[in-house]
Amino acid sequence: MQIINREIEGNSAGYWALLGGLGALILIGLFAAYNMEHHGHVITGMNNQIVWGLPHVFAVFLVVAASGALNVASVAGVFGKKAYKPLAPLSALLAIALLAGGLAVLMLDLGRADRAIITAWEVNPTSVFSWNVVLYSGFFGFTAAYLWTMLDKTAKPFYGFAAYGAFIWRLILTTGTGLIFGFLVARQAFGTALLAPKFIVFSLLYGTAIYVLVLMPAYIWGQRALGDEVLRRLKNMLVVFIAASFYMTLVYHLTNVYFAKQWDFERFILQDGGIYTILFWLGQVVIGYLVPFILLVAPNTRNSRSMLMASAVMIVLGALAQMYVTIVGGQAFPLEMFPGFIEKSSFFDGEIHAYTPSHWEWMLGIGGTAIALAMVVFAVKVLRILPESLADDVVDPHAKK
Amino acid sequence: MNNFEQYRRRFLGGALATAGAAMVPGLMLVEMAHSRAPEEAVSSKNRWGLLIDTTKCASGCTECVTACNTEHGLSGKTGPQDAQWIRKVELTHKKSGAQHSLPVMCQHCEEPPCVDVCPTGASFKRADGIVLVDRHICIGCRYCMMACPYKARSLVHEDLNDTQLAHMPRGKGCVESCTLCVHKIDAGENTTACAQACPEQAILFGDLNDAGSEIAQRLATYASKEIRADLGLNTGVRYTGI
Ligand code: SF4
Ligand code: SF4
Repeated sequence: MQIINREIEGNSAGYWALLGGLGALILIGLFAAYNMEHHGHVITGMNNQIVWGLPHVFAVFLVVAASGALNVASVAGVFGKKAYKPLAPLSALLAIALLAGGLAVLMLDLGRADRAIITAWEVNPTSVFSWNVVLYSGFFGFTAAYLWTMLDKTAKPFYGFAAYGAFIWRLILTTGTGLIFGFLVARQAFGTALLAPKFIVFSLLYGTAIYVLVLMPAYIWGQRALGDEVLRRLKNMLVVFIAASFYMTLVYHLTNVYFAKQWDFERFILQDGGIYTILFWLGQVVIGYLVPFILLVAPNTRNSRSMLMASAVMIVLGALAQMYVTIVGGQAFPLEMFPGFIEKSSFFDGEIHAYTPSHWEWMLGIGGTAIALAMVVFAVKVLRILPESLADDVVDPHAKK
Repeated sequence: MNNFEQYRRRFLGGALATAGAAMVPGLMLVEMAHSRAPEEAVSSKNRWGLLIDTTKCASGCTECVTACNTEHGLSGKTGPQDAQWIRKVELTHKKSGAQHSLPVMCQHCEEPPCVDVCPTGASFKRADGIVLVDRHICIGCRYCMMACPYKARSLVHEDLNDTQLAHMPRGKGCVESCTLCVHKIDAGENTTACAQACPEQAILFGDLNDAGSEIAQRLATYASKEIRADLGLNTGVRYTGI
């Protein structure tokens, strides 16, 4: 049976309510950005010790998830797995939307957001940030081209090229995101090359979870058929990516423990860090990895759609916890300037730095997420993104029953 | 030319200054050994720095901090969101209990991480080794604050309400740090507010490149330290006594 991708109707009250709701969240986010710009960062919880806060947790999460969301499309386009082909357009669309949302947060959080455009011509070739500006633009370009070759039959000849380009570019992009932190040699928490591969593995998990979170409601609300086969494949991917993420986390912390210098920092995150310790164990490990893993493999729950949905939600929550621990926790631990000494000063040297995000930061972060989702909701109405049916016999007629 | 613009030109070692220097070469040679005349262009002949003698620095004394705040129009407040260009750090050795007190400010690294990471080039190092932020192109991303091993930088979190001084433009949403009193150096004053204010003469300002200068001679004679020397940043601020 031929798979046909078609725009959704998008005329129901529910559709407009969803789009309207997301629009409202975007406005709230913009309102927060306006206030941060007008009053300065004094209205946020960020300070001269915790210089990157909740906005960066959301932004980095969205950017990392963006590259991972492209994974499904890459499996189809690069690895030639036919069964994933109908799923690919949504994958590429999500990648573009998530990146846009993440970058919006990153830009609106700048001390001088009005000057963001300066990065376009005042380029510092040694800055990982500057590289990332190039990487983001390239990712938009390749992924948009890829999406176009999938949607427009006349562009077919470029399909392979765009697919490979987008795939390779997404690997570079996530490496670049990881390196933003990896290059901070002075900070105990960062300054390790391991951050780049770690981010790549995380991105696969986060992007796929968001894919599930968008696909399932879209088919339920759009009243289109969604067979078990597609969900089974996505579920299997999640299981593998959870295991890989858990492994990367383990390796990262074990390496840190191995280097005696990092021991204090490890003890902080794993044992004495208060909120960071809780977020690490309960958020990242239990909610983000263990529970979804069990739900996705246990005989009683592994075929349940609601459990798949619940797992995806938990993975995203775990992801936000992970970003919070990595970004904020990494800064909360004081820089060690004088080894062997207890440090004290008016600038909070030698102390664990405190940070409580303000409601403005939540508003900005959620607003950016809403930008990404609104783009998706709108695009599936005007573009032929979603297959009319993903019933089992449509997706894979030869699948063994 | 208003004050700000004038400052900016000096700041960047403008071409005008080079022309000025070319016109009076004879005079220059005599001057050069000690300081840089105001008309002369910023050059790598100089490497300005500080030598801090922690054995002289008194615990609890904050004269240098106060002087810096006054010199640059900082409020002097010490909340988590307030700017501090220089702070007194009190050290207690974990084993011996030995105590030291010393000021920490931007270390004017020769290989400054803040400059490496800055996406716009707003964070830059002058030829004479002074590391500055160009407030006209800083976008307030704070990447430099993440990168600095000494926590030397502050973001201006709120409106400055006209507390700015003509020689020291600042701006809400931009990052700033110790300028090594660049305005004084460019005026040929050859000192910094903190060095002038220290009642114990614990802070010595000078040209590390000038073998005849007091700072260079002391560095050649006594053991001195860079904070986090392991990072290999070759800082312009050095310490003795720790
Ligand atoms: S001390 Fe910090 S702010 Fe100063 S030059 Fe070095 S890295 Fe830059
Ligand atoms: S905050 Fe300003 S000076 Fe610092 S890295 Fe960003 S643009 Fe450069």
